[in-house]
Amino acid sequence: MTDSKYFTTTKKGEIFELKAELNSDKKEKKKEAVKKVIASMTVGKDVSALFPDVVNCMQTDNLELKKLVYLYLMNYAKSQPDMAIMAVNTFVKDCEDPNPLIRALAVRTMGCIRVDKITEYLCEPLRKCLKDEDPYVRKTAAVCVAKLHDINAQLVEDQGFLDTLKDLISDSNPMVVANAVAALSEIAESHPSSNLLDLNPQSINKLLTALNECTEWGQIFILDCLANYTPKDDREAQSICERVTPRLSHANSAVVLSAVKVLMKFMEMLSKDLDYYGTLLKKLAPPLVTLLSAEPELQYVALRNINLIVQKRPEILKHEMKVFFVKYNDPIYVKLEKLDIMIRLASQANIAQVLAELKEYATEVDVDFVRKAVRAIGRCAIKVEQSAERCVSTLLDLIQTKVNYVVQEAIVVIKDIFRKYPNKYESVIATLCENLDSLDEPEARAAMIWIVGEYAERIDNADELLESFLEGFHDESTQVQLQLLTAIVKLFLKKPTETQELVQQVLSLATQDSDNPDLRDRGYIYWRLLSTDPVAAKEVVLAEKPLISEETDLIEPTLLDELICYIGTLASVYHKPPSAFVEGGRGVVHKSLPPRTASSESTESPETAPAGAPPGEQLDVIPTQGDLLGDLLNLDLGPPVSGPPLATSSVQMGAVDLLGGGLDSLIGAPNFVAPPAATVPANLGAPMGSGLSDLFDLTSGVGTLSGSYVAPKAVWLPAMKAKGLEISGTFTRQVGSISMDLQLTNKALQVMTDFAIQFNRNSFGLAPAAPLQVHAPLSPNQTVEISLPLNTVGSVMKMEPLNNLQVAVKNNIDVFYFSTLYPLHILFVEDGKMDRQMFLATWKDIPNENEAQFQIRDCPLNAEAVSSRLQSSNIFTVAKRNVEGQDMLYQSLKLTNGIWVLAELRVQPGNPSFTDLELSLKCRAPEVSQHVYQAYETILKN
Amino acid sequence: MSASAVFILDVKGKPLISRNYKGDVAMSEIEHFMPLLMQREEEGALTPLLSHGRVHFLWIKYSNLYLVATTLKNANASLVYSFLYKTVEVFSEYFKELEEESIRDNFVIIYELLDELMDFGFPQTTDSKILQEYITQQGNKLETGKSRVPPTVTNAVSWRSEGIKYKKNEVFIDVIESVNLLVNANGSVLLSEIVGTIKLKVFLSGMPELRLGLNDRVLFELTGRSKNKSVELEDVKFHQCVRLSRFDNDRTISFIPPDGDFELMSYRLSTQVKPLIWIESVIEKFSHSRVEIMVKAKGQFKKQSVANSVEISVPVPSDADSPRFKTSVGSAKYVPEKNVVIWSIKSFPGGKEYLMRAHFGLPSVEKEEVEGRPPIGVKFEIPYFTVSGIQVRYMKIIEKSGYQALPWVRYITQSGDYQLRTS
Repeated sequence: MTDSKYFTTTKKGEIFELKAELNSDKKEKKKEAVKKVIASMTVGKDVSALFPDVVNCMQTDNLELKKLVYLYLMNYAKSQPDMAIMAVNTFVKDCEDPNPLIRALAVRTMGCIRVDKITEYLCEPLRKCLKDEDPYVRKTAAVCVAKLHDINAQLVEDQGFLDTLKDLISDSNPMVVANAVAALSEIAESHPSSNLLDLNPQSINKLLTALNECTEWGQIFILDCLANYTPKDDREAQSICERVTPRLSHANSAVVLSAVKVLMKFMEMLSKDLDYYGTLLKKLAPPLVTLLSAEPELQYVALRNINLIVQKRPEILKHEMKVFFVKYNDPIYVKLEKLDIMIRLASQANIAQVLAELKEYATEVDVDFVRKAVRAIGRCAIKVEQSAERCVSTLLDLIQTKVNYVVQEAIVVIKDIFRKYPNKYESVIATLCENLDSLDEPEARAAMIWIVGEYAERIDNADELLESFLEGFHDESTQVQLQLLTAIVKLFLKKPTETQELVQQVLSLATQDSDNPDLRDRGYIYWRLLSTDPVAAKEVVLAEKPLISEETDLIEPTLLDELICYIGTLASVYHKPPSAFVEGGRGVVHKSLPPRTASSESTESPETAPAGAPPGEQLDVIPTQGDLLGDLLNLDLGPPVSGPPLATSSVQMGAVDLLGGGLDSLIGAPNFVAPPAATVPANLGAPMGSGLSDLFDLTSGVGTLSGSYVAPKAVWLPAMKAKGLEISGTFTRQVGSISMDLQLTNKALQVMTDFAIQFNRNSFGLAPAAPLQVHAPLSPNQTVEISLPLNTVGSVMKMEPLNNLQVAVKNNIDVFYFSTLYPLHILFVEDGKMDRQMFLATWKDIPNENEAQFQIRDCPLNAEAVSSRLQSSNIFTVAKRNVEGQDMLYQSLKLTNGIWVLAELRVQPGNPSFTDLELSLKCRAPEVSQHVYQAYETILKN
Repeated sequence: MSASAVFILDVKGKPLISRNYKGDVAMSEIEHFMPLLMQREEEGALTPLLSHGRVHFLWIKYSNLYLVATTLKNANASLVYSFLYKTVEVFSEYFKELEEESIRDNFVIIYELLDELMDFGFPQTTDSKILQEYITQQGNKLETGKSRVPPTVTNAVSWRSEGIKYKKNEVFIDVIESVNLLVNANGSVLLSEIVGTIKLKVFLSGMPELRLGLNDRVLFELTGRSKNKSVELEDVKFHQCVRLSRFDNDRTISFIPPDGDFELMSYRLSTQVKPLIWIESVIEKFSHSRVEIMVKAKGQFKKQSVANSVEISVPVPSDADSPRFKTSVGSAKYVPEKNVVIWSIKSFPGGKEYLMRAHFGLPSVEKEEVEGRPPIGVKFEIPYFTVSGIQVRYMKIIEKSGYQALPWVRYITQSGDYQLRTS
């Protein structure tokens, strides 16, 4: 006998009939009727009309019937809130039933009835059930607290259920502990500020003990909860890791992934020199590989996470390439993910094997997979230089197959290979040109056109090829149009005599017949350039292109760190932070990896970091005369050091003029008609137009117009220490030149003459670029201001502190010594803006222990203000991202000695109570970080 | 944390049964699931995780059913998928076959099970043996007074009930090794791994403590017996009954087993072994006329061993017709619905080499779509033999009543994912 018969009643008066049956005196008939009701509910019929009749059946000693009625209640109580009250009495009574199964059932169901009026009645029974003698009831009651909290949070807090729930973490029964942890985590997730979980070493220890005893699901709740904890030091992190690693041998993949999450997170705190760190790395690989034998959906989750893990810690899986080889019967989503990881793991050591596989995949039938495989070959070429040649020849083989989409995909990647290795593989261009006609996808057409334009001088019929594209210009996509415009201009600049007509044609197509502003503007710019200054045009259009970076599709470092904290969850599958797909700010806590606060290493905490040295305190670093003399007496104080005096700021002024004039003419005359292109070639030999090159200087230097921040002058050498000579000064940086602005005051009674200055060797090789020129003798009480140009070609010696500068000044009276600290930002050079990709790659490349974190307190600026202020001191914003209302600025700067410093600055705009900025600095020479931080602070606070 | 609701849908996407656990996602959202799935499939971008608006669908397909969990939160995806598979396992153990019909036939008990498997999105008791102690198909016979929660549900040992009795106490141990192999078209081995499982069939009274001894290399090195023949297990996974921290400490496999059948552990070795059955094939396609296939199979294992039920499946074009075969041993059969020829050999002794030739006609008008190149697949079973050389050294069984119990061990090696690519 099966239940399917209950589905068959489809008579017209069904509801009426059921009503009669529900009210029958016969128990058996009643139960049959309830089953029919539930069957109707299951197939989606509305049986809410029977509410009172069904509720009447609730009082029964038949467990099965009771469960069915409860189920009905859960489904319809919300639509009949008033009548749902009728059920309360039975619930309360059932919560006192001698049978724990009934007690648990009642408390479980009551929590699922999301009717406000009922919740108040739930409190007393729930309170009892939380203290029930039977663990089955307690574990059910624990979950019920979370349910109730979801309906009425205030009620739960007022009734003190949260404290009871916290007590259950110490329950003797592991399942109760696990459910209490799950319930608390759930509540904490929606109330990030509540500090509900209050994790401390004691409670962590309890959780770790329960971990060994509870079910697989309980283990997951506990591990996920542990992952939110931040150990106080590396020892604690290690001891937790040691107790979590056995979970890697659990048969349930979800337990394994949650354990991996905890380990990946806490590993961040361990020093790489620890033996244990290496042991842990080795322990992580095998379970990750085994996840690939799980069910396909779990494989997919595992692969998406492995993708993150490989980016964060490539060393874990670097020897496991083979397990990511694609199998014929893998689902397509698994295949594509495996391919992605193969590329990430590709290295010189395994490239031959990878290529052989990729070639195999490129001849399969699944179009998406094949395309991705072809693209992967290109990425390998770019990533592993030694393999580039083999990759190119593989791609050529694939082009020979003439399979349309393979050819197109191959051309797109070959373009990238040209960008990475210019002038190396151009011999293949002929083969590519043969396939011109078969290209029908915009990306492939654009790539091919780019190749033709870029190498126009080597392709005999480049003009014909481009002309053939021009015929259907208006039908092309924007991508192709833009590329065609540029390519023809390039061709014209390379072969001006034969292609005038062509260039004129494309310029007029782009500017006069197109509605696309991008295209039109680019057309105008080219036209204008060509007509005013072809040499400059050449400089611009045929400029050397920056090489493309090796790794593509890297996830931003902060996002990556955040995603590591979300291993196993939807965020790790989407590769997006939860805030991107979970509604509302509520319920989402921004997570980040714990900072490396190992007890053995001392990263300076923001509190102990000295604030930017205020003027006056410099005196502290003046060494005793004796020390200094040793170094300085050797110096030749006579003639100034060599080195050309640096250019003045006239360039800058010129640029400003140009900006005004240039823009006026561009904006003011949108319909200008360029001189006929035919006259252009005549100008080709003209000398380089200085105006335009200045214009381009300007674009990179806009921010420097105002110059770097200059501190007010401070007294460096008090008169009493220098026989009446008082020196105060400051450092400035403007358009690339550093100078020391000095103010010399004669407080003695005699005239001072014959001034000279000399620096001791210092960390960055700062040295005077010209002699100290005090033109007239300095009479008593007279003050003179001098700007002394500096360069950084002097001899280098590491100083302590790093930015210490020891100076000797001589005059007709004596030689005086003083030392001062220069602000590091005078060393930030103008071309310190890193390319985005480069930034990502570099950030990842610099080891984490080089990262230093600082806090800039009380800085009420928004991101734009911060960014522009920093830019005027040559700290460049590479990218900006908004995460949960906070702006993250990614910035780069370069020191005069070529050291790059990468920064991540977190700004919380519009929040008056959070005016602190958080600064993370990464640099290969971590000792500069402290000084860079001081520079930030100085610039932002003044 | 995990699922808000769980649905079982038929192949067309119609809900057969569902359970709303959290009430934060409208149950009608499921209507978007099937159209979304079909759209993504068409785009070639189908993944096990789909989203519509702010609702996320995590789904698996089991025979003709879809099991779908919905959530609004950043749920633990791996937990949800494991839970869905566990649900399938529980239902299958209850109803033998999980299919549309069995769901309709047992909807009452499915509701009961769904209520017990998960609460507010937290998976609870998912062990079908324990569930069967208090949720039975004869539910209507149970009166409230009699039905109790077995203490096992919340015990630390949540997989075995007390008071089990057998007249004869026995344990059957099956050591099964599956060989996964991937060979490329020019005959070089790309991937070769052994995935072993140890399955137990336990007929023991009381609450016995078991200890399993294997010739595990790490253990031998720890105990200074490194001279003996041992096996290096690369990764080991255990049933939840095994004390993991104990294993982590001293490699002891100790546990209180569930009653009846279960998988105690699985392990993986990536040591390269000689492929047990080696295939050389020549598939010559003469367009518009015929395909000629020659397959040579060689048993590369000990002469004393015999591979049973060997099945070699060789791909043929989908438009092939009029098959003709010639085999030196066994029989060949054309299976047009799978586009393969299956060559079956009942018993294949080690060291032997056999040959099969097949001939197919091809239509003169070729069909347009390109076909993939499926690999040759091989299935086999070699009893009394493990490729890795793993051995059960002992199984100690201690129960406080002090009975004597006998362990029985059986070894078998079989094909896993065994693929040889064709050119």
